[in-house]
Amino acid sequence: MKLLHALTRTRLKGRIGLTDWLSYGFLLAGVVLMLGPALWLAASSLKTKTALQEFPPSFLPTGQKEVRVAEGGKPLPVYLVPRSDGTSQELALSRRVGLMGLFIDPNAPDAEPVRARIDEARPVREIRLAWENYIEPLQRLRFDRYLTNSVLVTVIATVLTLLVNSMCAFALSKYSFRGRDAIFVLILSTLMVPVSVILIPSFLVITSLGLTNSLWGVILPPVASPTGVFLLRQYMLTIPDELIDAARMDGASEWRIYWRIVMPLAIPALAVLGIFSVMWRWNDFLWPLIVLNREEVFTLQLGLASFQGELDTQWHYLLAMTVLTLAPVVVIFTFLQKHITTGIASTGLK
Amino acid sequence: MSLPVPAMNRPASSAPECPSEPWFERAYSLAMRMLEPPFAALQRRLGIKGMAYVFVAPNLVFFALFVALPMVLNVWYGVTGSDRLMVQDRHWVGFDNFRALLDCDSYLDVNSCQQDRFWRAVHNSTLFVILQVGSMVLLSMIAALLLNAKIRGRGFFRAVFFFPVLLSPVVVALIWKWTLQPDGILNAALLWFGGERVAFLHDASWAFFWTVFVSVWSHMGFYTLILLAGLQSIPAELYESAQMDGTSRRRIFWRITMPLLMPTLLVVLILSLIRGVQAFEEVFILTGGGPGTATQYIVQYIYETAFANQVHLLGLAAAASLLVAVVLMVLTLLQLRVSYHGKQR
Repeated sequence: MKLLHALTRTRLKGRIGLTDWLSYGFLLAGVVLMLGPALWLAASSLKTKTALQEFPPSFLPTGQKEVRVAEGGKPLPVYLVPRSDGTSQELALSRRVGLMGLFIDPNAPDAEPVRARIDEARPVREIRLAWENYIEPLQRLRFDRYLTNSVLVTVIATVLTLLVNSMCAFALSKYSFRGRDAIFVLILSTLMVPVSVILIPSFLVITSLGLTNSLWGVILPPVASPTGVFLLRQYMLTIPDELIDAARMDGASEWRIYWRIVMPLAIPALAVLGIFSVMWRWNDFLWPLIVLNREEVFTLQLGLASFQGELDTQWHYLLAMTVLTLAPVVVIFTFLQKHITTGIASTGLK
Repeated sequence: MSLPVPAMNRPASSAPECPSEPWFERAYSLAMRMLEPPFAALQRRLGIKGMAYVFVAPNLVFFALFVALPMVLNVWYGVTGSDRLMVQDRHWVGFDNFRALLDCDSYLDVNSCQQDRFWRAVHNSTLFVILQVGSMVLLSMIAALLLNAKIRGRGFFRAVFFFPVLLSPVVVALIWKWTLQPDGILNAALLWFGGERVAFLHDASWAFFWTVFVSVWSHMGFYTLILLAGLQSIPAELYESAQMDGTSRRRIFWRITMPLLMPTLLVVLILSLIRGVQAFEEVFILTGGGPGTATQYIVQYIYETAFANQVHLLGLAAAASLLVAVVLMVLTLLQLRVSYHGKQR
């Protein structure tokens, strides 16, 4: 506080006032809090298992250097061991005997082991990126399966969401028929019915349809999206009716009008709904948690959740898989930030 | 809800036919063309007007199956007993579930209630909502005001404040679980500054604090964005003329910004209340409701009563979810009223 005060006082002579300092202070603190933990997680995901267990943690993904001395043997930690002649040598610790360690020279593994005090030996550190954290869970822990399931759910659900809701929005915006306004109000009124309130009966419906432990049980229920209908209808209202009338005069069928004229013109709104749908489905957790109980149908989110719930959490894998799960979202956000923010600001929904 | 018309740009005209369409356009055309015959047949039978019903039908089927039907069924679960899921296996108990939930000597003393877990969750949720919504609305208001000003790096700051909104609850919880670990970076920093190591997620008050904090962290950007949109819709002329008259900044804030932002602020307040009542996913991963029941909130109670415990007390859970629905409905009606009044001005 004193430091800040001193800084502001000197600066007050210039143009930057106290409020500017406070503003930038707030914003910078925000940046540290918002980005810091996520970046820390990403940096940690490249550390080796042993490096993750260090406390206090090092900032870079460094770890103690390890060498495999014997063919097929365990990798041994490398220390800088002081020798009696005043020099020191990089040696691998093969065995501990009380305070002493038996060190072997990795270059001459068959030579007589060196006995030295462990507390006098310094661990040799090197930067080591543990890419195996990313590869091994995909190969051995079925995260490849979870990834496939997540991609399947996201893609199929998004296609269905776009189709079903755009058809409905087309009818609601371009036809006048009995019950139209009633249907629109009915759909809008469920905008605020959250999954958490109808968990049990939704589960019954899914069970009766035989869709438990099936990806379809996750895909289908949220397909009819009030947000989607609303967003698309408002947008399609701005498409001139003359276009549709002209097409009708030319003998186009209603279906053709829908897919050849209205859909291409509604691309901006469809893009917003598409991005939202991808986000919703990729991040979905509560509903899959109830529908999917068998490991082979887990999505990434469920896989992460169950993996972190294990007694002895394997953080080196968990962190890497978390990064894998958040990566698509970050990529989408980086490229489509504008669509996302206008979409949210204009509908008040996410 | 205040739902203005989407402010997206319309394309000037539909793109000219490209000789080499990308694969997804070809796939789209192919799929849609294949659907043409059945729809043409339908049109011949029903006429042009009738096609409107064909277009709304798929949506209404999904809607009926997965929204309307469950809403009705939920009431049925609320007034029936048994741990069986199938409707026909359940027997009528009337209001017993509700009576059990509401049976308390004093609503302020959890231990005097028959369903003490329910009331503990209600108490936790209430405190959580008050703290979470209060701090979040205040912080997003400050952030929106700052990000609306002409400052250096505004786009960057806006993106950074918004980015956690898009992360999944599981990812959010894991990010913070990693940070808050006993051997985590926060404890390392505490030790470095000469403090003592804290088991953040194993201490009841700390765990509660962190659920509030993490929830604010992950949702704040959303409300900041809405407030920012509200701020930008205030006409700039008002500020210009006020500045011309030499009005002080404080006065401009209280006399122009606040009154004109009030409708948006109220919407944000109620929307965040609605979301706060439903807090579950991040907390469930971060603390699992613990230590003990310190961070068990109402939706977790419903989930565990219905699905996770040994005996599935579906009736009790449904009754609890109906009570939550009533609270949410009141809030939603309040919001509709507020946004309606907002539009009237």
